[in-house]
Amino acid sequence: MDQTGERRSGWSWWYLLFLIQFVAVLWPPFYNSIEPTLGGIPFFYWYQLLWVVIGAILTAIVYFATDD
Amino acid sequence: MQDINWTALIVFVALFLFITWLGFAAAHWRKGDLDLLHEWGLGGRRFGTFITWFLIGGDLYTAYTFIAVPALAFGAGAIAFFAVPYTVVIYPILFLAFPRLWRVCHKHNYITAADFVRGRFGNRWLALAVTITGIVATLPYIALQLVGLQVVIGGLGVSGTGYTGDLPLVIAFVILAAFTYSSGLRAPASIAVVKDILIYITSFAVVIVIPIQLGGFANIFAAVPPAKVLLASPGEHTWGAYGNYATLALGSALALFLYPHSITGILSASSGGAIRRNAALLPGYSLMLGFLALIGFFAIAAGVASRPEYAAGFKQFGNNFAVPALLLASFPAWFVGIAFAAIGIGALVPAAIMSIAAANLYTRNIHREFINPNPTDRQEAQMAKWVSLIVKFGALVFILFVPTQFAIQLQLLGGIWIIQTVPAVLLGVYTRWFNDWALLVGWAAGMIAGTAMAAAANFTPSFTLAFAGWTFPGYTALYTVILNVVLAVVLTPVFNALRETPADATVAADYRA
Repeated sequence: MDQTGERRSGWSWWYLLFLIQFVAVLWPPFYNSIEPTLGGIPFFYWYQLLWVVIGAILTAIVYFATDD
Repeated sequence: MQDINWTALIVFVALFLFITWLGFAAAHWRKGDLDLLHEWGLGGRRFGTFITWFLIGGDLYTAYTFIAVPALAFGAGAIAFFAVPYTVVIYPILFLAFPRLWRVCHKHNYITAADFVRGRFGNRWLALAVTITGIVATLPYIALQLVGLQVVIGGLGVSGTGYTGDLPLVIAFVILAAFTYSSGLRAPASIAVVKDILIYITSFAVVIVIPIQLGGFANIFAAVPPAKVLLASPGEHTWGAYGNYATLALGSALALFLYPHSITGILSASSGGAIRRNAALLPGYSLMLGFLALIGFFAIAAGVASRPEYAAGFKQFGNNFAVPALLLASFPAWFVGIAFAAIGIGALVPAAIMSIAAANLYTRNIHREFINPNPTDRQEAQMAKWVSLIVKFGALVFILFVPTQFAIQLQLLGGIWIIQTVPAVLLGVYTRWFNDWALLVGWAAGMIAGTAMAAAANFTPSFTLAFAGWTFPGYTALYTVILNVVLAVVLTPVFNALRETPADATVAADYRA
């Protein structure tokens, strides 16, 4: 019964995970720097590329944790 | 211009012939009755997780993207990387809102976003606003795909004066028009698989081989002027480049899935679950796009702009020639053929989907709504096929006779326009709270203010707001959609008091699995 109630509202607390990636990539002061470099790539670039991967993982977590 | 690169040209033409065959053969794939609009225009809503991944990926990450994003990095530096946070934040939006849109559209046989708005808010004028916005935002986008194609044809050394110079482009477009007409969405869906495999092969090769040739990433970034490597730190009393970067990413993300070609791709999925799965899988393309943005820096480090053999290309295509020049300089001719074919086919897939999407909009939301309300299924599908031809022909004429700069400016405006459908479509899948006329007024205000602000900013995406001694340069689309939403919220109680609200054709259960 609880589950139907949750589905009716269409909301899950798991969705808050998405907020993390919004904040991480939409706040340039976090990452607008050269150091630390990774394999010669400035932080600015590898940080944002890394968040593509983390974002995909967070989305997969939410996918498995919530009902369609 | 350099001489014709025969090896590359032969590989390029061979791959084009292959996808031409594939495009026509696609009519028989997962066979459906192509005299029904949802079969021709949505592939019968039968594409599972896997094909949807290729289709949406091939649809959103277009040839123009692969040319223009590295070109922006090449010319302007770090700002071009906004494409990465942009593609990080689009997928939560896809995950949350669009399975709801898919379900309600599946339930009511809606083919377009405007169909949904018509049903949800019961106002044909609001639906017309969504339709027209979609069509005018799509047309310059199709034209820009041709720019991508033009650049690689030029890179192959195929050039000519006057009309013969445009002949390859015309041939490519006639092929595109013919297979789209006969196979509908099945054609770009099948070709997208080939295109994406080629694009992945090309990007892996580029990201691995070229840095080795250039002596590693540290060398590459050392060759880039320091001012281009990072965003400029904001000065006093402004959020400067930071605000610009973040608003560009967020505004572009809100707009992306409202483009008709995105919605067509999403609605052709076989279930809401397929869309949710794709929100976790599509970032594969974002990663590739991020690496591709770095190609602009590779091109700086390789010094292609100062090489005499590419001077003519840069003169004709500007920074957009950076990617083809780098590929020509770094790879053997046969691989250049593959890479250019990847970009060229990468133009045809989205161009086909865009023209189908525009045709669906015209057929359903203008012709059926205002001209012939009771077409037979066959008439409706036939109309869409014809409109898809007209749309493509229009884009071709546009790119042949109007300066490219104009298409780029219109595409920029297209982003500002399409975001104005956020309240009706994106918020509409969650709530019927808004009054239909309030939404229409908000839309009109956003369209007018956005266009005026873009014109005032000389057709650049950023507009600088000044407030209390501070300045806020940011993406015009985001600023104007905020105005749009605020107006819609304020005016909703006013209009609700004045007139009766039309019935909602959908019920809450339609949006859930």
